[in-house]
Amino acid sequence: MKHLTNLKLKVWRQDGPDTVGKFETHVVESVSDEASFLEMLDQLNEKLIGENKDAIVFDHDCREGICGTCSLMINGRAHGPQRATTTCQLHMRTFSSGDEIVIEPWRAAAFPIIKDLMVDRASFDRIIESGGFITSPTGGAPDANLIPVPKPVSDAAMDSAACIGCGACVAACPNGAANLFTGAKIAHLSVLPQGQAERFKRAEAMVNSMDDQFGSCTNHGECSAACPKEISLDVIALMNSDFRKSKSKNRKQLSRG
Amino acid sequence: MAKTQQTLTKAGKSLAPRQPVTGTALSVRKKRSFIADIYSTAIGKKYAMAISGIALMGFVLFHMIGNLKMYLGAAELDHYAEFLKELLYPLAPKGAVLWILRGGLLAMLALHLHAAWSLTILNHQARPVKYQSPRDYEVANFASRTMRYSGMIVLSFLIWHLLDLTFGVVNTVGTDNTFVKGEVYANVVRSLDRWPVAVFYILANLLLGIHLRHGAWSIFQSLGWNNPRFNSWRWSFATVFALVVVIGNISFPIAVLAGIVKL
Ligand code: HEM
Ligand code: FES
Repeated sequence: MKHLTNLKLKVWRQDGPDTVGKFETHVVESVSDEASFLEMLDQLNEKLIGENKDAIVFDHDCREGICGTCSLMINGRAHGPQRATTTCQLHMRTFSSGDEIVIEPWRAAAFPIIKDLMVDRASFDRIIESGGFITSPTGGAPDANLIPVPKPVSDAAMDSAACIGCGACVAACPNGAANLFTGAKIAHLSVLPQGQAERFKRAEAMVNSMDDQFGSCTNHGECSAACPKEISLDVIALMNSDFRKSKSKNRKQLSRG
Repeated sequence: MAKTQQTLTKAGKSLAPRQPVTGTALSVRKKRSFIADIYSTAIGKKYAMAISGIALMGFVLFHMIGNLKMYLGAAELDHYAEFLKELLYPLAPKGAVLWILRGGLLAMLALHLHAAWSLTILNHQARPVKYQSPRDYEVANFASRTMRYSGMIVLSFLIWHLLDLTFGVVNTVGTDNTFVKGEVYANVVRSLDRWPVAVFYILANLLLGIHLRHGAWSIFQSLGWNNPRFNSWRWSFATVFALVVVIGNISFPIAVLAGIVKL
């Protein structure tokens, strides 16, 4: 186990949503290269608490790359320099002694800062709420093989379902757009037989909800490059095509009502 | 309702308080006609950009191909210009079809501009507080990040170009101070013989190429044309299209400066 020494951290500090924040510099004298980025922040926080200072607030939960709670813009990249990696899975060995590391919160109108590096991502919940579900009867669990799903289709659905809703796509997008997230959530259900009944109602509702809160895609591809689950831009094209179809299909359905 | 919920939304808009799952978007959308309804959404505006972009791409491609006639001599190019006025003649009056095409192109340009403008505003509202440290982009490239600027420079070139070779108002300063309507070949040579004009022409077309390199790929995404069978062709198509248009267009001022195309 090696140690990194003398890391200069520039950390964004902000008291609340409506206050002005600023960068604060901290020096981490020594940290194991096996520590995760969040463990390095924990270590710094323990020191701050020991000095009777406010700990740096940041989001985290599972610390194993599956919950999507951790965030952080690290040196201008969402979740730091390593591809397909959440901040909690980023290890200090990706840095070198003496490095300056700049840490900022996600920045988007729809992700207001709660404190320091923590942002409110409820805007994603609103998109899900508007249509990211299927309606199915409750009761006894149906047989697993009751609805046949071809293997490539189930794989495609899984690729989209891998989205952990961390918000890196919005954070990385120069336009603050949430097309990758919304596209993944739409694609995940719309390729499966279970998702067909509400397919177009879902596309329209989720896109509208996204539209109310986020920017618009200009096909840079930063979202997919930043995505810890490497969700493909294909889901955006799928969403665009389902949204177009929804405009006529939903009208037709309404006129039958 | 908590204050944070107010501040959650983009400038000017505020969402209704959170409600139980209803299967409908939280915002109540105004009732509009089909086209207006689609265009009111960001994705709909991207559709408009892509469709108008395709129309403009069709125009620049055929404009370039038509101008290649220049290499066959003055008579050929002037005759081609005459042919454009006589499209579908005698079924339609002389010039009618050309004016319909011009009107359509202007409408497409206006649509493209309006969509670009309003989406740019939307995008600025979506991130009112910028990142305070430098971003490290991974895949966003020069072309994708300069679409607005390359587009605007191409637009200014377009205006100059029309004043120069259609209306002739900025052409009379040419080598022999003349602009003669209908003498297309001679007008082109007189204009591009002025080296600053030729340089502007070349620069604007390089920028058009950069705009098209990203744009011609973007249309597939915007229109939702995505299929694993042809996805790998989309970048190749954009690159080849941009190259063909740029090389063709840039060859004209170079040929004039080099004396290959001369009076
Ligand atoms: C008049 C000034 C122009 C402006 C301000 C402008 C601006 C833009 C912008 C902001 C985009 C969106 C970029 C993106 O999605 O990343 C775009 C896309 C595009 N532009 Fe332009 N542009 C202009 C002229 C042109 C011209 C003359 C052509 C064709 C010859 C053209 C062809 C395209 C195409 C094909 C797209 C892709 C559409 C899409 O996003 O799906 N543009 N333009
Ligand atoms: S803390 Fe759960 S993904 Fe990072």
